[in-house]
Amino acid sequence: MGKKKRKAGEINSSSMADIAFLLLIFFLVTTSMSSSTGLSRILPPPLPKDQVVPPVDINKRNLFVVKVNSQNQLMVQGELMDIRGLREKAKEFIKNEANQDNLPVRTLVDIPLIGLMEITKDHVISLQNDVDTQYQAYIDVQNELVAAYNELRNELSQEKFGKKYNELDEEQQKAVKTAYPQKISEAEPKNYGGVK
Amino acid sequence: MAQIRKDKDRETPALATSSLPDIIFMFLFFFMAVTTMKEVTFKVRVSPPMATEVTKLENKSLTRYIYVGKPMDQYKKSFGSETRIQLGDAFADVNELEEFIVSERSAMNENDQNLMTVSIKADKDTKMGVINDIKQSLRRAYALKIVYSANKRTAH
Repeated sequence: MGKKKRKAGEINSSSMADIAFLLLIFFLVTTSMSSSTGLSRILPPPLPKDQVVPPVDINKRNLFVVKVNSQNQLMVQGELMDIRGLREKAKEFIKNEANQDNLPVRTLVDIPLIGLMEITKDHVISLQNDVDTQYQAYIDVQNELVAAYNELRNELSQEKFGKKYNELDEEQQKAVKTAYPQKISEAEPKNYGGVK
Repeated sequence: MAQIRKDKDRETPALATSSLPDIIFMFLFFFMAVTTMKEVTFKVRVSPPMATEVTKLENKSLTRYIYVGKPMDQYKKSFGSETRIQLGDAFADVNELEEFIVSERSAMNENDQNLMTVSIKADKDTKMGVINDIKQSLRRAYALKIVYSANKRTAH
């Protein structure tokens, strides 16, 4: 039989482009480009209903109070403040470099990899907001506080390990985290200022 | 001497389109790689707040989303124009949230249950009162790992 040498017919691929286009358009429509980013937080566990809240014994100097009212104005440690000043103020508070009496207590702690260091491990940043506070204003405050911690951590990493915090390995990061633990407490909402 | 001459009757060859599918496929794979499937169809309008210190969400399969914002125009008639909460594909009330979280968590693998993260995707003009209510019910549901969804703003 002389059929062996016959060529197989070629598949017509001119519609391939159209099919690919269809797929492309389908994916363009059903997917979204935005990747999820955000500020991570851990909420405090719920309080048992029948239990009286024990008065929290926090030394007043260990407490950094940030209040946001319904007009999105900031009150930091009892004085009106602009959002731009918050980061520096928070850093000053967390670090307490000059060991001032009105800033948190410094305790000597032996941290692995870093060694003996005086840290303000009992400090608490308390963030209180009004019911009518705008979400963006709240996030701005959260952001500044996180930024303050991040800057402090970066400074320490640079000093001890010569690298940025993000570039450290896990144990080093843990050590730096021990030196500057993130302590932002979100209180129950109250009404501050602003007549409704 | 070489002669430059113009052939007026010469035809321009047809544009080769054989590589077109490959190019399109490349596009397709690019988009498949960099985009993610939409989680739900939005019924509320959410334009997230801006922040500089944002971190990337690590584990998407363990994340549940709560959308907070004003209803889209086509739902305004039946749901009003006040800030609403969207869970999954439907509008919900704050007191349904606890139940939602509990059922979502029990549907998860046992090892992953305490790793569940709740992402609050709220519009930037939302009043904190709503957010506070959500936070309180999340606390009651023991969903303590939360993320305030925010977009990256370059530092100024």
